[in-house]
Amino acid sequence: MAVTPPPQRGTLISRAGSPAEATEADLRALESNILTTTVDRVVSWARRNSLWPAQFGLACCAIEMIATAQARFDIARFGSEAFRASPRQADLMIVSGRVSQKMAPVVKHIYEQMLDPKWVIAMGDCASCGGVFNNYALVQGVDKLIPVDVYVAGCPPRPEALLYGFLKLQELITQPSRRRR
Amino acid sequence: MTRPEDVLVQRLGEVVVGQIRFRDEVTLVVAPERILQALGAAREMGFRLLTDLTAVDRYPAQPRFDVVYLLTSVEPPARMRLMVHLAADQTAPSATSLWPGANWLEREAFDLFGIRFDGHPDLRRILMPDDWEGHPLRKDYPLVEEPVEFQGHTPKVPSQIIPTSKPKHA
Repeated sequence: MAVTPPPQRGTLISRAGSPAEATEADLRALESNILTTTVDRVVSWARRNSLWPAQFGLACCAIEMIATAQARFDIARFGSEAFRASPRQADLMIVSGRVSQKMAPVVKHIYEQMLDPKWVIAMGDCASCGGVFNNYALVQGVDKLIPVDVYVAGCPPRPEALLYGFLKLQELITQPSRRRR
Repeated sequence: MTRPEDVLVQRLGEVVVGQIRFRDEVTLVVAPERILQALGAAREMGFRLLTDLTAVDRYPAQPRFDVVYLLTSVEPPARMRLMVHLAADQTAPSATSLWPGANWLEREAFDLFGIRFDGHPDLRRILMPDDWEGHPLRKDYPLVEEPVEFQGHTPKVPSQIIPTSKPKHA
């Protein structure tokens, strides 16, 4: 009775009965099915393409954020249409509008409730730096409370601007070392 | 046709200590201790809606504060204002007995101007954080602003860059 030796490490198991019979075509088919990458890249690719924003709006910028989610601008093209009302299910915080002194602890609370990894977009001038409201009522930029990854300028920014900031955030996620915290 | 606010002026008589007419709008000035009587009479006359209750700080003029009641009559359609002058340490009676909705409006006037309303059921801050110090819409409240980073501008604080105008009543 003929005994087939166990395949050695590194040898190709093909439709051919023995390694010696593997054809050129077999080798090419194998090469086109293997992808080499790093775990970091795969993970950040997955994170980047399914960001789930927290569903809350603070002021007029929220109207533009809502428009961004709707059919005309359609943030679903970038895998981010699932706005979640619970911060536990969200990994992106779009601070859409001015942050008042009274709202500040609430915003910080929502951010702390979100699970890592998490990102923040400061949408509009008020969220970025206080905008025109340099007074007692408003926090002068949400980065005094929480770390911000992308600032979107505008008063309010158009949905295209928010989407551009969103794409910039996706770039940032693919290169975690560029992130300032 | 007699206008409802003119009827009210007649009915109130000497309760009204002043009248301001500007572009067909009537503002009646009433002494603080008579304001509830005036508001009640206006309410009976058909000004059933308290549109707004707000205040004005005329610092450094005296008396310092105005409390303004904006009233609306739906039928017949009319609008008018009632006004009370208050010194800095004076209080106004609460209008919550006539309009429960005055509750939050008076809380707002208290929060931002520090005006106290006697008989208010729950006079707490409403807009600013509970532990806030001072009343931000008072004229002598400091402008808590941060320096801006405009290039080539000194000073850097906005209110020092913008030329100030003198208050009219000074």
